[in-house]
Amino acid sequence: MSSKFLTVALAGNPNSGKSTIFNNLTGTRQKTGNWPGVTVEKKEGRVKTNGYTLTIVDLPGTYSLTAYSIEEIVARNFILDEKPDVVVAIIDASNLERNLYLATQLRELDTKVIYVLNMADIASDRGVRIDGEKLSELLDVPVVFAVGNANQGTEELFRAIISVAESHVELPRTTRRVYYGQDIERAIADLSAVIKQRVGDSLPFNVRWIAVKLLENDKIVKERVARLEGDHGQVILREAEKNRRKVREFFDDEPEIVMTDQRYGFIAGIVKEVVKTVSTHRVDVSRQVDQILTNRVLGLPVFVFFIWAMFQLTFTLGSYPMDWIDSGVGWISEAAAMLLPQGMFRDLMVDGVIAGVGSIAVFFPNILILFFCIAIFEDTGYMARAAFLMDKVMHLIGLHGKSFIPMLMGFGCNVPAIMATRTLESKKDRILTILINPLISCSARLPVYILLAGTFFGAGAGNAIFSIYALGIVLAIAMGRLFRSTLLKGEVAPFVMELPPYRVPMIKGLMIHMWDRSKIFLKKMGGIILVGSVVIWFLSAFPRQIEYSRDYALDQAALMSRYSMPMAEAQGGDLERLAESRDLALSSLSAEMARERVEKSYLGRLGKLLEPVFAPIGMDWRGSVAVISGFVAKEIVVSTMGVLYAVGDDADEKNEALRRALKSSGMTSLSAYAMMAFVLIYIPCLATVSVIRRETNSRKWTAFSVTYSFVLAWIVAFVIFQGGRLIGLG
Amino acid sequence: MKLSELKEGQRANVVRVGGQGAFRQRLLEMGFLRGTEVYVEKYAPLKDPIELILKGYHVSLRVEEASRVEVQGVRNGGV
Repeated sequence: MSSKFLTVALAGNPNSGKSTIFNNLTGTRQKTGNWPGVTVEKKEGRVKTNGYTLTIVDLPGTYSLTAYSIEEIVARNFILDEKPDVVVAIIDASNLERNLYLATQLRELDTKVIYVLNMADIASDRGVRIDGEKLSELLDVPVVFAVGNANQGTEELFRAIISVAESHVELPRTTRRVYYGQDIERAIADLSAVIKQRVGDSLPFNVRWIAVKLLENDKIVKERVARLEGDHGQVILREAEKNRRKVREFFDDEPEIVMTDQRYGFIAGIVKEVVKTVSTHRVDVSRQVDQILTNRVLGLPVFVFFIWAMFQLTFTLGSYPMDWIDSGVGWISEAAAMLLPQGMFRDLMVDGVIAGVGSIAVFFPNILILFFCIAIFEDTGYMARAAFLMDKVMHLIGLHGKSFIPMLMGFGCNVPAIMATRTLESKKDRILTILINPLISCSARLPVYILLAGTFFGAGAGNAIFSIYALGIVLAIAMGRLFRSTLLKGEVAPFVMELPPYRVPMIKGLMIHMWDRSKIFLKKMGGIILVGSVVIWFLSAFPRQIEYSRDYALDQAALMSRYSMPMAEAQGGDLERLAESRDLALSSLSAEMARERVEKSYLGRLGKLLEPVFAPIGMDWRGSVAVISGFVAKEIVVSTMGVLYAVGDDADEKNEALRRALKSSGMTSLSAYAMMAFVLIYIPCLATVSVIRRETNSRKWTAFSVTYSFVLAWIVAFVIFQGGRLIGLG
Repeated sequence: MKLSELKEGQRANVVRVGGQGAFRQRLLEMGFLRGTEVYVEKYAPLKDPIELILKGYHVSLRVEEASRVEVQGVRNGGV
């Protein structure tokens, strides 16, 4: 049996339970992506029912359909241009009046609409009874009741979608439409007449809607009209301006404001007819909960506790699977080293691919847990409270309260932190948060600080590291203010934020939420990290043939023979001592060889080439090679330094040999501190850069982020190093 | 009187929303219309923003934004 295809769009207010209904309709067959050209998330699901194949598109949650926000434009354009067969308007029944504001606007478009009264159970708990039949009759639309959280009404909705799609409703609707009051209706009629006379019905949307939008001074509709052939566009726009002037003179206010007022007036009339309020005095649980969670005294401590708990969960619980993955990677790496024949391909696999991807894969459990916690915050409604509590603080940087969570997550890892900026509505807020996020010192930079501070600051290491974290925060605030007043100037998005009632999250919803984001991490990061690791490996492993300053094989043989005689004669403890000293000499010889390898590799040459850039901030070629390789992942700085200071590549931050080598290399506590500051600020790691590219959807902003952070890092390190020398430190 | 001058636990009716462009439009769409009753539920711990109840739902505004909303008929007592 061949099935028919239908496209269904879901529209509704934020917090109307739209995504729950979407999950109920589509199950887990969902595809998440972006709307073309913007970073607004697009969710789509396909489902077969009653011989039909439905493609269900979740439109961004909006309060209206004006052209003020990108979400509204995206939602509107989808309905206008893609012409879905049915638009389902999800209405929070416990908040009918405000939800009808969007729902009535959907009805004005040329599309078949179904109203879903969601969460009718909560409404009736509050003593609100809604007469669905009456509503359906008054607005001439099918009305379906649903309780998303209990998966009620899903089948009815499927049936309604199909029957509405197959029905022959005449579009545009001419009956029971929104009535804007006598004076505005006259303006609409006058303007419509001119439009009809000029272009007839040749426009893709109904004439009345265009007239309404022109009176509201809608910039997108105006642009479309202006593009009309000949002088039609200009004539229509002039007529619109004339009518706007009339309305403005009559009401003494902007026409779009008057029309909002009138639309609400129309809605008030409907609400009066369909809602029966049974006066009850039930306890409003949500409000009671907020007596504690946003309490003047307890609110902030409780918030701090939740955040603390989130980090504890992420890093303590996450450390177990992290260890498993770590040993798994080690096992794979050993197996590959054993199975593959010695040579370039093996080196590429073991040192490039497995090591590089493995270093990122270990973070996956942390990411999963972190996103699970964030999903709980979002799905319960606590995220809005967090923004409410922290807005004052974030506003100092010109940011929205919601930016606090991504900034805080930056201390763990900047990648999920930048992905979490999706919860921000304003694009400028999002870009600003993304730009300053890498200044929050992530956990991968800590090993570098521990190595350098531990080596050069002794007992003061803790304070030195703390001051680096503080430096990051201060710079984030300073840069935030700077960017807000220069690059990202303009009207700060209004804070106006709904505090929705608390809800018990659904496990399925939490899982989908968590997985959607974690998947992005796996896919994107896997790819880009793979390429990056291979490039760095290539730079350090090539050219293959190096002219060593001495013949290591010969030296090794000489060493062996030097020990062979005495060892043959020695016994017991002496033998052991001799063997130990021989092994030590051998490993220092091979470390020396590895050091020379890297020094003469492309990476080493690049480091030497860039030495003049790094010299003024107190770093030699080894430092510059280390920070270049740290671009893949910042903790690599430590192991690279291990190689360059010839103590072997398995050095970690607590390695004593590396510490001794560093001390005798001419580095001072001043240059070490300058390097710590540099590592804090300079170019975010490869994974972060790629997520910035994805989330800003702009090469320009990505390039800017990379450039400014490098320049800032250099300047700060320069001031520390040269300033410190001036006042006699180091 | 400005909405931002109200204390916790007071209510009043909206007279006019000032400001312009997106801000004004957004507030009207959220229901801050002439005559609408607004109740001040609480101020955030750091005194900004404000949590309000109107048309049966909770919404928060910054103090600076609330100062652009003119109200009248201030009285004590809850929703």
